[in-house]
Amino acid sequence: MARFAAGDAVAVRRAHPPGHLRTPYYIRGKAGVVERLLGEFANPEELAFGRDGLPLRPLYRVRFAQREVWPDYAGAGADTVDVEIYEHWLEPARKAG
Amino acid sequence: MTDHNHAPPRGPNGGLSHYQTMELAVSELLIEKGLFSEQKLQGEIAAMDARSPETGARVVALAWSDAAFKARLLDDGTAACESIGIDMGPTRLVVVESSAAIHNVIVCTLCSCYPRMLLGLPPDWYKTANYRSRVVREPRAVLREFGTELPDDVVVRVHDNTADMRYMVLPARPKGTESMDREALAKLVTRDSMIGVGLAMTP
Amino acid sequence: MSEPGRMHHDMGGRPAGPVDHGQHDHVLWEKRVDALLMLLSNNTRRIITVDELRRGIEELGAEAYSRLTYYERWVASVTHNLLEKGIIRADELGRKMAEIEARSPEARSRKEAG
Repeated sequence: MARFAAGDAVAVRRAHPPGHLRTPYYIRGKAGVVERLLGEFANPEELAFGRDGLPLRPLYRVRFAQREVWPDYAGAGADTVDVEIYEHWLEPARKAG
Repeated sequence: MTDHNHAPPRGPNGGLSHYQTMELAVSELLIEKGLFSEQKLQGEIAAMDARSPETGARVVALAWSDAAFKARLLDDGTAACESIGIDMGPTRLVVVESSAAIHNVIVCTLCSCYPRMLLGLPPDWYKTANYRSRVVREPRAVLREFGTELPDDVVVRVHDNTADMRYMVLPARPKGTESMDREALAKLVTRDSMIGVGLAMTP
Repeated sequence: MSEPGRMHHDMGGRPAGPVDHGQHDHVLWEKRVDALLMLLSNNTRRIITVDELRRGIEELGAEAYSRLTYYERWVASVTHNLLEKGIIRADELGRKMAEIEARSPEARSRKEAG
């Protein structure tokens, strides 16, 4: 079962383990909103080492305000960046902005 | 970074480079072991050569002129493309729609994920450190380098292809194209407009 | 700027220069590398996953990552993964590479000249 749904406020865990990670550095520790649940997929952190990646992990497309990600963002205030993030990298957050 | 260093790698005497030799050796060993045939390898290359932005342009032109197809494309990009005979392989496609109010642009900051079933192999610049580093942080400045100037009231949405989806932009349909047929429309759809660093051409 | 835990390939947001729009045509050997990975990763074989390919590229280290061309990184990673899985052995690979070098035209002309 997926823990989050579209519209939920989430934060990306600030963690920096070694290994093969698909959560970009720049988005760790940032807060955003789930845009949609994309389905369940094998965990790339396991697949990278030749294992089966099971159990499948819910994957979300999370939308972040650029000004949340980059405090010195030069563009318009409504600009966003969407990043796909696996559930184990997310935790609930208070509604951003 | 030297991502753009694509001078054909050569060995010391103008022959095969170390990595070219490695590729040939690995392929030959795998063929000898019966994992696949040289013919299969050639078939894969032929399929690769056949994929080009023309496929994506055909999808965009259809979406512009057929509202029901566009709705299906935005709902499930993979299924919609397969329904018109495009082989999507394992690709899970998300199509994001640009308009007069929203402009989408795609990147893969971690490697070079790209909707190759629809656009072919990515252009070199898409794989460079400079594009991958900057477009998430200063998309408007990068778009300007591509000749795309966006007013402040247009929202810019960057899509970082980090995991299992591949993204393609459905560019905004240009003005003055109301009477054009699909074939003519497809000619306005550039590769860059489907990545989002450009706009569709105006007739 | 020190960013502990950030790997070299994970470059979103790093300061960088203008985007070079130069384009090269993919040469045959690059397409062969791409095709090789497609054959090894597809659903019928599933020998190397895309994530294994990526890990192999990341593990090349920052210096090689920036020095090698795109498909050099790919072939290095594919080869390393095949060795790791025991699908090919270092000894047979070494012998095969020597055999290929020996049959290249410049090796033959060197031999004839010698």
